[in-house]
Amino acid sequence: MSLWKHHVKLERHSLLLVIGIVLVVSVGGLVEIAPLFWLKSTIEKVEGVRPYTPLELAGRDIYIREGCYTCHSQMIRPLRDEVERYGHYSLAAESMYDHPFQWGSKRTGPDLARVGGKYSDGWHRDHLMDPRSVVPESVMPPYAFLVQRDASIRDIRAKMKTMTALGVPYTQEQLDTAEADFEAQADPFSMTAGDLRKRYGAKVVNRDFDGDPERVTEMDALIAYLQMLGTLVDFSTYEAGDPANQR
Amino acid sequence: MSQLVKPNVGSPGAPALLTATVIGGLVFFFAAMFSDDPLYQFQAWIFVAAAVMASFALTAGLSAGLFSNDKDRYMDGVVRAGVIATMFWGAVGMLVGVVIAAQLSWPDLLYFPEVGWLNFGRLRPLHTSGVIFAFGGNALICTSFYVVQRTCRARLFGGVLSWFVFWGYQLFLVLAATGYLAGITQSREYAEPEWLVDLWLTIVWVAYLLVFLGTIWKRKEPHIYVANWFYLAFIVTVALLHVVNNLALPIDPLHHRSYSLFSGVQDALTQWWYGHNAVGFFLTAGFLGMMYYFVPKRVERPVYSYRLSIVHFWSLIFIYIWAGPHHLHYTALPQWAQTLGMTFSIMLWMPSWGGMINGLMTLSGAWDKLRTDPVVRMMVVAIAFYGMSTFEGPVMSIRAVNALSHYTDWTIGHVHSGALGWVGFITFGAMYCLVPWLWKKERLYSDKLVEWHFWIATTGIVLYICAMWVSGIMEGLMWREYTPQGFLAWSFIETVSAKHVENVIRTVGGAMFLSGTLIMIYNLWRTVRLPSVETRDALSAPLPAAA
Repeated sequence: MSLWKHHVKLERHSLLLVIGIVLVVSVGGLVEIAPLFWLKSTIEKVEGVRPYTPLELAGRDIYIREGCYTCHSQMIRPLRDEVERYGHYSLAAESMYDHPFQWGSKRTGPDLARVGGKYSDGWHRDHLMDPRSVVPESVMPPYAFLVQRDASIRDIRAKMKTMTALGVPYTQEQLDTAEADFEAQADPFSMTAGDLRKRYGAKVVNRDFDGDPERVTEMDALIAYLQMLGTLVDFSTYEAGDPANQR
Repeated sequence: MSQLVKPNVGSPGAPALLTATVIGGLVFFFAAMFSDDPLYQFQAWIFVAAAVMASFALTAGLSAGLFSNDKDRYMDGVVRAGVIATMFWGAVGMLVGVVIAAQLSWPDLLYFPEVGWLNFGRLRPLHTSGVIFAFGGNALICTSFYVVQRTCRARLFGGVLSWFVFWGYQLFLVLAATGYLAGITQSREYAEPEWLVDLWLTIVWVAYLLVFLGTIWKRKEPHIYVANWFYLAFIVTVALLHVVNNLALPIDPLHHRSYSLFSGVQDALTQWWYGHNAVGFFLTAGFLGMMYYFVPKRVERPVYSYRLSIVHFWSLIFIYIWAGPHHLHYTALPQWAQTLGMTFSIMLWMPSWGGMINGLMTLSGAWDKLRTDPVVRMMVVAIAFYGMSTFEGPVMSIRAVNALSHYTDWTIGHVHSGALGWVGFITFGAMYCLVPWLWKKERLYSDKLVEWHFWIATTGIVLYICAMWVSGIMEGLMWREYTPQGFLAWSFIETVSAKHVENVIRTVGGAMFLSGTLIMIYNLWRTVRLPSVETRDALSAPLPAAA
């Protein structure tokens, strides 16, 4: 058959071979990934999703640094057992400001997409200090060193500015007050917590997450992040059956 | 010393490389001085140290005239270095794997509350990158350098550039590995290194492509041999995947941290487009290139079917790239993308088995070697594991099966049957071939030790993947089990403690596989120390005369 003879051209010309490879491997990505950027139906319209507060953003970076994603997913699938175990299935809108996403791929530990508010700050602190003190069968590593390290406030504004450049809608006011908001959220007696809530929404709480009022530690930041996970969307107004939400 | 007059054609690359190294070292010196981010400083100082060492080596080499480019000989020094690096990183990567498996088995013994860098979350990327990129990557680079020279009958292109690829890649590995331990990660699985290290790898990879393509350009054979198609597809596609998946904005040029360009659902699919094709092009296409050279060479039979090679090459690289979304079944990824991913994943079964058949049937007329040559047996079992895991993969990509298997240990077992069985064994086979060829020995130090390696490692793999099948399917079923009253039957932690025995078995299996590797390292080291069959002058093999 003559088709085989044509292949000889590719075998004898390295540049043609390279061009052939590039063309062939480009198709799949272009068809599958590119439309996600312009198809409006990719991300649902929901109420309540907001950018992370400075303290939560710092906590999220600690979550990434420690490799929490290697054992914990943040993506509840629309299966009966998962919805009953973890809560409403995850929406695309809930991670629309996540650079990078934290959906995970493995559940050596439970899903954390809606862990916010399920446990007290004290439970989280004890659990992170020594997981087996509260869950004897746990295989999770201990993170006691987090209470000894100050959460990094120095680079928080640069981080938020980078997020803004990537399309996260922080306002100029939010950028200007980054450090103040960072400290206000970890202080239960903060005088400016009201402003923090004005900027980020009424659900934002200011507490001493790690029980150490002297300083804002990495433990504060991480628990602040964990305690807001999955709490943003108001599911009383979300209609899963609406055709616009069927993807 | 008998040959004082060498056909020295000079080394135009080395002085230029020396200049670039010195400038690079200075740039990172100032970057380290001006940065106020300790993690960035840490990596910049590693760059400075590497530049200092490279400058000394280059200066000494230049003054001693070491970089002469003898056109009549193959460039085998860099291949030998690659074999040694493959062995070293293989032992490191597998050891870390055994350690983290043991951590999940005995968390009370192997975690230290004050020592964050020994935690599972930081060691796991060290294990995955150590095995995939350090062990697998070095094996691919060194075998591709060997194969492209032999099949093109040409010396490696670029002279000192191939040494830059080798040492540049080792520097990438050191930066990535120490970075993980220090907490530098962008949390993209198998693409964890941050922007600075990503940029460095891009430079090294372009140099690698240049060396490989340049050698093909210089070839004295009219045809490009099939193994080189696969190596080329691996190099080109990995470059594409690496650049797109690592698009990110650093928060400051003097800060280690960056945020990815994409977010949420788009970011997830980009990452798994990358992640699955790290499997498809790094761990499959590249190692198929290895198979297409070393299996026919070792059994002294031609490749079974030329047409099957063509069909399975183009269909494999076309279809693989679509398979990423099967990592995101039932997630917030739109269903049309999931369905496309599943469809192509099932189709992928065919080209994968095309490659398996082409590899296995190459033994036609030489099946007796399975009995007499343990190295051949190792490579055949590698191909069998390739067939097994490329059947299991499409099954797991079916949405209904994935509902059970996703997030469980089953996935981990699947990846290890591919990584230990296919990637590991085909690499071991290639190394057992290469060491006597490169160091001019008649035979391996001991075939008996190869037998030991084979049986210990095979038993280890079987223990590992069976344990993961049991624990994965068990936890998947426990998560979804209901009591007759309609309540969830198990709390999450009950499914964790139920896996203890399987975790211990997996640790034992991994330790057995590691022991096999250590036996191989010993065997190969003793092989290198055997007396050579030829004189010292012929250390680097001469090119065969053109017909």
